[in-house]
Amino acid sequence: MSAGTSAAPLRVVAAMSGGVDSAVAAARMVAAGHDVTGIHLALSRNPASYRTGARGCCTIEDSNDARRAADVLGIPFYVWDLSEEFHDEVVVDFVEEYAAGRTPNPCLRCNERIKFAAVLDRSLALGFDAVATGHYARLVPRGAGVELHRAVDPAKDQSYVLGVLDQHQLRHSHFPLGDSTKTQVRAEAAALGLRVAAKPDSHDICFVASGDHAAFLRSSVGEREVPGLAPGDIVDDATGEVVGRHDGTLGLTIGQRKGLRLGRPAPDGRPRYVLDIEPVQGTVRVGPRERLAVHGLTGRRPRWCDDVPAPGTRFEGSDVAVQLRAHGAPLPARAQVSHDGDTLEVTLLESAHGVAPGQAAVLYTGSRVVGSATIASTR
Amino acid sequence: MTESVHYLDHAATTPMVPAAVEAMVAELTRVGNASSLHAPGRRARRVVEESREVLADALGCRPSEIVLTSGGTEADNLAVKGVAWARRDADPARRRVLATAVEHHAVLDPVHWLGRHDAEVELLPVDAHGRLDLAALEESLARDPGSVALVTCMWANNEVGTLQPIADVVALARRHGVPVHTDAVQALGQVPVRLHDSGVDALTITAHKVGGPLGVGALVARRELAITPLLHGGGQERDVRSGTLDVPAVAGFAAAVAHAVAEREAHAARVRVLRDALVAGVLERVPDAHLHGAPLDGERLPGNAHLGFPGCEGDSLLMLLDARGIACSTGSACSAGVAQPSHVLLAMGCSPEAARHSLRFSFGHTSTEADVAAVLDAIGPVVERARAARR
Repeated sequence: MSAGTSAAPLRVVAAMSGGVDSAVAAARMVAAGHDVTGIHLALSRNPASYRTGARGCCTIEDSNDARRAADVLGIPFYVWDLSEEFHDEVVVDFVEEYAAGRTPNPCLRCNERIKFAAVLDRSLALGFDAVATGHYARLVPRGAGVELHRAVDPAKDQSYVLGVLDQHQLRHSHFPLGDSTKTQVRAEAAALGLRVAAKPDSHDICFVASGDHAAFLRSSVGEREVPGLAPGDIVDDATGEVVGRHDGTLGLTIGQRKGLRLGRPAPDGRPRYVLDIEPVQGTVRVGPRERLAVHGLTGRRPRWCDDVPAPGTRFEGSDVAVQLRAHGAPLPARAQVSHDGDTLEVTLLESAHGVAPGQAAVLYTGSRVVGSATIASTR
Repeated sequence: MTESVHYLDHAATTPMVPAAVEAMVAELTRVGNASSLHAPGRRARRVVEESREVLADALGCRPSEIVLTSGGTEADNLAVKGVAWARRDADPARRRVLATAVEHHAVLDPVHWLGRHDAEVELLPVDAHGRLDLAALEESLARDPGSVALVTCMWANNEVGTLQPIADVVALARRHGVPVHTDAVQALGQVPVRLHDSGVDALTITAHKVGGPLGVGALVARRELAITPLLHGGGQERDVRSGTLDVPAVAGFAAAVAHAVAEREAHAARVRVLRDALVAGVLERVPDAHLHGAPLDGERLPGNAHLGFPGCEGDSLLMLLDARGIACSTGSACSAGVAQPSHVLLAMGCSPEAARHSLRFSFGHTSTEADVAAVLDAIGPVVERARAARR
């Protein structure tokens, strides 16, 4: 089922953000002989209210860029309004996770609940066979199913944010860019006459217009009484001494160093990092970098790319690794599914720093994605 | 993409009629600014003025009462803002602007803009068919007639095709000396639209809805109606509208309107038969579908069918029909291409849910029985699929 190699033409929805990657992904599906329809997802209730630059996925300009790419490719194009689903499934979750002192990854959430759920379900119901996106990852056929693997370009690999997809979702997905580098994709876009060939990549969270998470969170929770919005003390973890104040734990992240405005330097003069956030009390503990070291973690709500492993299943061996951030390195690890199957216990063979509950731990064997879990606690 | 399209979106725009193409093409390669004094200028001016006379004859007014514009939106803006400003200048007490809740955005948005700039806006309610509540208008006028700048009430609704009681609106407004504007963009060519016969003070029309070119229209306004200009400049149109006239477009506009008005009865009878067949056939194939707006034999445009399909997204229906070569509309769209629940259906009392499950089929001069047959072939399976896609 890997991109472009299917024998029979499929009816495919190409999710087109307005960026160069999804445009080339759509182009490759067309070139492979599939019957492709371009879909731009409108995720903002008010298109002007989210990001206003050219880098996001929610603006009128992006919608136009996607439309123009579809024109050039000669495929039909529609905008699907998923703003309600996006708000309910992604934005609300983002705010509530932060309010609970965790650090969510909305891109994974969007992939799990919107792009490869709401969009895929709707596409299949409307008579399409699959959804194609511009994610850099590879799908490798195995038996009747597919395996999800890292992209060949390690700098662009996006398998981490796809680690929430299950076998059903993967079997109806196409990632035509997994074998290419970004340079190749841009060159191909230019050769096809796509004006987005030189469009900058998006980096920030698409619905946080300014890139200022704290300001977004503040405006999102409005007048609600949210514990994380109250000012509180910043306490030195070693001495218990109050070393500063914060305006609210919302927007603070474990491992964060910048923006704490600590009045006094530590006695040893070394930088201090957020070690722990207690959103209800509003207490933030800070300390030196080595206190951030994490040796293991418990992941909740595991999601598996293939068959759900039996409770107690162990993953160990030289090719087993976990990745804890979208652009983080794979860390050698062992993992075991709990006996009720509800959690995944991960032991890191080398310590990691600044691991925040709420982020995803994605489990790999070599280049293959096995599954993922949301980090509940670290040790 | 399907080559042969069953085009059933004539309320959005309709193909140009041959007479309009001919008139326009004849002018495209000729030089002459209609404001110039030399021979080529005079020739261009003659084309404009002959066109204006043709329009005046077709619309039951004097040539000097045709103010040419860039289209319906500009004409609506000129009427709403221009008349409200002029009336306010004459008497500062005239702050109220009355409009139906189902106006096209080209009227509704300037009305709301005025509301943000010191005018007082009153949106008048409509009944379940989308027809103006005359008692509400009467109450609103009588409450303080001296404070009303303008009443604006569309002739026919662009989404559901409901005809408004223009004669009654005029009678009520006249009693209080209040001018009436009507957006007649959808009505022209389907029902008789004449300025002086109707009694309205100003009416908006546009060329491309009746087989003329895009980008030209007119505000047809009584000579005595004071209008403050929106576009200042050379004062080409009665000093109310400036801008060099688009001579080829004006020639095509006049030819199209003349044709539409001359052919109106036969055209209306023909599209009515097609429209009725489509509605009956759809209701037979999709028993829980229902018609929005006035009854087919009631106060309704003959070429409009607006149908609700419970359990479907209008967007899904449109896409599935488009893939089968059938072009129709969900009725409204915004610049990002995201359909908002229609303010017209909401004003008629539909739930936001119901306002999203609708399709508009609109007929025009190129419509055929084959178009109806194509819809009837497709609609059953398409509705079934769209329902499945609704989570």
